[in-house]
Formats: sequence, C-alpha cells, structure tokens
Amino acid sequence: MITLDLIEKNQLGKIVAIDTDLLPLKLIEMGCLPGNEVYLEQLAPLKDPMYLVIDGCHLAIRTEIAKNIKIELI
Amino acid sequence: MSKTINVALIGNPNTGKTSVFNALTGLNQKVGNYPGITVEKKQGSCRLNQTTKAHIIDLPGTYSLNASSMDESVVIELLLNRNDKDYPDVAVVISDIENLKRNLLLFTQIKDLKIPTLLVINMSDRMVDKGISLNVNKLEQKLKTKIALTSTRENKGIEFLKTCLLDFRSLSKVGCLDITKIDEAYFGNLQKVFPDQSLYKLWLVISQDVNFAKIERKKVQDATEYKTQPISHLKRLQQKETIKRYQYINQSLKETYSVDQSKATDYRSKLDRILIHRLWGYIIFFLILLTIFQVIFGWSSIPMDFIDERFTKLSEYTKINLPPGLFTNLLAEGIISGLGGIVIFIPQIAFLFLFIAVLEETGYMSRVVFLMDRGLRKYGLSGKSVIPLISGTACAIPAVMATRNIENWKERLITILVTPFTTCSARLPVYLILISLVIPEGKFLGMGYQGLTLMGLYLLGFAMALLSAGILNKMLKIQSKTYFVIEMPNYKLPLLKNILITVFEKTKSFVVEAGRIILAISILLWLMASFGPGKEFNQAEEIIMSRSKVKSFTAEQLENEIASHKLEHSFIGILGKTIEPAIAPLGFDWKIGIALISSFAAREVFVGTLATIYSVGNDQEETIKNRMKAERKSDGSLLFDLPTGISLMLFYAFALQCMSTLAIVKKETNGWKWPMIQLLSMTLIAYLSALIVYQILV
Repeated sequence: MITLDLIEKNQLGKIVAIDTDLLPLKLIEMGCLPGNEVYLEQLAPLKDPMYLVIDGCHLAIRTEIAKNIKIELI
Repeated sequence: MSKTINVALIGNPNTGKTSVFNALTGLNQKVGNYPGITVEKKQGSCRLNQTTKAHIIDLPGTYSLNASSMDESVVIELLLNRNDKDYPDVAVVISDIENLKRNLLLFTQIKDLKIPTLLVINMSDRMVDKGISLNVNKLEQKLKTKIALTSTRENKGIEFLKTCLLDFRSLSKVGCLDITKIDEAYFGNLQKVFPDQSLYKLWLVISQDVNFAKIERKKVQDATEYKTQPISHLKRLQQKETIKRYQYINQSLKETYSVDQSKATDYRSKLDRILIHRLWGYIIFFLILLTIFQVIFGWSSIPMDFIDERFTKLSEYTKINLPPGLFTNLLAEGIISGLGGIVIFIPQIAFLFLFIAVLEETGYMSRVVFLMDRGLRKYGLSGKSVIPLISGTACAIPAVMATRNIENWKERLITILVTPFTTCSARLPVYLILISLVIPEGKFLGMGYQGLTLMGLYLLGFAMALLSAGILNKMLKIQSKTYFVIEMPNYKLPLLKNILITVFEKTKSFVVEAGRIILAISILLWLMASFGPGKEFNQAEEIIMSRSKVKSFTAEQLENEIASHKLEHSFIGILGKTIEPAIAPLGFDWKIGIALISSFAAREVFVGTLATIYSVGNDQEETIKNRMKAERKSDGSLLFDLPTGISLMLFYAFALQCMSTLAIVKKETNGWKWPMIQLLSMTLIAYLSALIVYQILV
C-alpha cells in the first residue's frame, strides 16, 4: 500500500483509504472514494500538481493532498 | 391569459449549462447581481407555448449542494427558500453524457429536496465518438424522472425540453436517498425533534454555514444546536452520504449506461500530452498570450481611430448647430468629450473578453492553471490565480470576483491584493495617448518602439503583481489549508453563440458601469471648470485687456489668453493649483493634477478629463492628442516630454485609481481593512517610482 503521491505513469491503483479530515469534500464528491480506480495521466513540471483520473473523472490535485490518500497498486 | 413558471437550471461546471440557457432564452436574458453580494445572477425568459412562459434562472455551477463558496451557497439558499420569488416550480439538472455519473450526484441531492426535477443529458452528439450507449427509458424509471437528451451544438432536443417543462406537474417528487440510512441513531433523533421538517433540508442547514433567508431560518433555528457535533463527525457523515449516493447512482447506471472503450476516441489525452507538456506547454501558452496582445492592439486601432474621429466631429457639430449657451457647452465640452473617452476602447475590451471566453469555453484555461500552479505557489499564489491575473487585463472587477474559486484563503487574499497591478483596459487609453506623444516612432528589430513600450508596460504590471505577491507571502501570517482541486474538462470547440453572448453582455455591463461614472464626473468637471469664485474668474476679460502686452495680440490669441486665465482661476483650477506642489517633483502640472484627482474615480477618466479641460473655451477642430501636444510649460518647453510621459505612465501603472475596485475588494474581503491597505501602498509605490524616474530622466 502506498500513498497516491507516489503513483507513477502506467500504474493502475485502487483507493483503499482516505483521510476525511484532511481532504476537501469536493474531491470526495468527484469520486475520490475507497474502492475506486485511479491512474496518473500526467505530472506538471516539478511533479506538482498531479493530473489524475479517478473513477473516470479527470482532475488535478497537489501532491500534499495526494499524501492523504492511500492506494493499492493493481 | 398567459402564465409563467419558474425554472431553475442547475448543474456542474463544464456541462454546457450556459449553452442550454442560451438555447432556451436567446437574447431574452439579463445579467445582474444577487442583492448584497456580487454573485452574477443570470435570468431570462422563454415562451413554451401560446399560453405559458418560462422564467429561467441560470444558477452558478456547483458540484454538489455542500457549498464551499459564495456562488454555491446562492444555489442552496434559493432551493431552500420557498418564499423566494424565484423559487423554482421545476428544477432542471444539466448533466453531460461523458460525466453522467458525477453529474448525477447533484441530481440526487436536488431530487431529495422534493422539488420536481427534470434531467437534461447534454452533449449527446458525443455518444458515438465516445462509444457510449444509454437506455433513456430505463434510466428514467430508475431515477424516477423525465430525461431530455440534448445537444446544444447540433441544436437538438431543446424543443423536447420545452414540452417536458410544460408538463412539469407530472414529474415525480419522490426522493433518491433515505437519509436516515446514513446514521440511523443521529437522524432518527433529529426527526423526533423536528417531526414536520424534511430531514434532508435540516441536514443541509446543519452541515454548512449558509446564510439562509430569514423566514426559513426561523423555522430551523433550533436545528443549529446540532452543529455542536464535532466538525469531523459531520464530515464523516457527509462522506457517508456521498458514498450512499454513489451506490444509488451506480445501481441506476449499471444496466442503462455503458461505454465501449474500443470505440472511444480519446483526443483529450493526445492534446494534453502537447498542451501541458513541460516545455511545449509553456511555449504554446506564451505564444497564445503574444497573439492575444498582438490582435488587441493591431486590430483595435482601426475602429478606435474611427470612433475618436466621430466623437470629435459630433462635439463640433453640436456646438455649431445648437443655439449657443450653457447647455450646448455642457453637452459638447463636458458630456460628449467625456463619453468619447470610454466608447473609444470598446473594441479592445470586446476583443479581450472574446479571448478570455474562448480560452474558458475550450477547456484550455484549466490547463493553464495546471501548468502555472507550482511556479505561482512560490509567490503565495495558486494556479487558479492565473485566471484573475489574465482577466485583470480586461478589468480588475471581474478579476477580483474570479478569485472565488481559489480554495485557500491566503492565496486568494494575495491574488485579490495584487490583481489591480495588472494592466486593465482602463489604463490603455492613458498609455496609448502618452506613448504616441512621447515615444518616437522608430523601429527596433522589426518591432516599433511604441508597441514595445506598451508590451513593456504590460510586463511591468505582471512583474509588479508577482513581486508584491512574494512580499505579501512573506509578511502575511495566515494559516490555511490547501484544497486545490481542479477539474480537467474535455476539450470543446467553443460555440459561437455562447461566445458572442458573453462578449456582448460583459462589454455592455462594463460600458454602462464605467459610462455612468464618467458621465457624472464629466459634468462635475465641466461645471467646476466653467465657474469660479472671485473677480479673477468673473472679470477675466477686463484683467487681460488691461495688460499692456495684449495690444499686439490677434483676436484669436486674445481669446485663448482669456480662456486660460479663466480656467486657472476656476474652481477646478484652484484645486489643481493646490496639489501642484506635491506633484511638481513628478513632472506634473496642475492640469495633470486635475486629471489625477478625477482618475481616482476611474482611470479611464484621464483622457476625458484632459479633453474637457483643454476644450473649455477652445473652438478649434482638433483631437485630444493634438491639444495635448500643443501644451507647454511656463518656460515654453513641451509639457508632455519624455520624462513627464514616462513618470505619468508609471504612476498609472502602479496606483490604485479605481473606486469600483476598492468597492469590490471591500465586498470580497468583508471589510475596509484590506482595500485601504491596498490603496495606500499602491499609491505610495506609484508616487515613489514616478518621482525617482522623473528625477533621473530630467
């Protein structure tokens, strides 16, 4: 199990746990929920922010937020 | 007898909600503000059949009913307040076929409010491209609603939507989620205390700080006791609610919605690989910016010259053809000259709004945010500060409002404070006229000096914004969490109709707002310049005639001498003379001083003010520029020489001369503290830099 900020390109992950207190509700509402699949679409220069596809939803978040999401590589 | 039904359009951002609104209302729309706050309120009307009209309100885009911004709370407030005159008879949730699952989250929430709810699935033209198949009838049964499949791009489904609206009474009011399932003990208890209230409404009131309309609030006042729950517990419940909703949605979509990935074409990834590439991405963005500026200045000059000429002619025509008198003078010298000062830069504002609208409609703006976030964070800004900083080149007012989607308060505050440094379009006429007066026409590496100077002024504005953001970032001790989340929507070809309506509405409201101030100030200025106290003003003719040197003057010279003596001793002249000692070290005389004072209402008044001042008592057929060119100092040298011109441009680049910006900053920061700090520090920076540069150059 790793945190989401460590995911690399061409890896597919599954969200295992999220830290509700530290995540914006908006992110949860956009599908960042345990059980959903996630992969990395692209990294901005300096590896931040991250452009992710979570459960089919294309969005970008900063790595410090991604640290609060635990995933399992599949 | 025709009747009207209230329709509210609700939807996530990027679903084409505004396209649906435009398709329904066309130009029968008006944009205003919600009372007391600066959230844009768009409403329009649409005829459904011979006897029924729909009053349509386009609510701000939101991802859910859990508000995290002022725009979003507008949506909740309206939907919870039955007594609001806009309370919808029917809610239309707009979704887009590709993101249906996420869009339905909001749909289930609206439906739980027991408002008749209709679902629009937009962008149906993309189904084939994306390999999507959808069983509409079955989904209607699952979601207990009526579905209108539309494509605003191909203009399909809008008529069907209208017939669905007419039939709104047949829509089911059954909710989607049994909210007690989230936490039976908690919600069971809540229901016992408020047996006759809708649980979901109570829950919305409890779970967030929304400023509810008074009447509704009274009913649920006691419910706020339940807020004493620790925040983390509330958040956990909200998360559970979201999970439950998604379970319901997944269940509904399972047999009705499928995507065949093998048939899907994915040009989003392909385009993203280039447009947000770590090298090409920046080069492309820079080229786009360059093109925008080139177009704005290259293309706008033709209509601008035309407008300038027309207004000068109009002013003359008025003077010649109306009976001479006070009123004619006021019209020709005060009002027409003043209005000319604003009408002249409609072309540039329209072009700028056009480009910003295109960048947003295509989905490119989100990529810029993504590209710039890391770099801007160094200065205490967010990637989302790019949108305010770019829109700031049109006008700081919408730019300050555009900071609302920056989640982090410190980043947002810094963005608000530095945005007025970007070169807004009101500075343009000042720059343009000064550049043409003091910068020679030569060329350097194929670029004109004048164009380069203008570009330099824009860069200076951005540089100053970044620099002061960096300083503020070090000085401000504000702890706030980062909540940076941005959707990366699919790329879209912009709809011409949407773009044109946006450009038209924004330009119109800008011109009306600015025009009002300019008109008032022009009249005031003209009055102050046309009247004065004491005999120096009222007996100017006798005083001048008694001087010996006038004997050799021609009639025309004599008239000019009298006019300028009068101006110097008019009310405005006295005012200008009073501040002259303070601004003389910057190279400004008292006439420029008057323009500076009036510019504190709005910068664009500068040119109009000078026009008014110089045209008082002047009948010559000349443009403003020629009048300024002819101005001389007391020693006979040109007033607008290089040092004065540069000093004046720097002053305008840095000073916060805009009452409307102050007003909007006060609203957005909830008090006078920040706008006052902003006003004082920007004026100080402007004064010092103009002073230093003038003293070096002179």
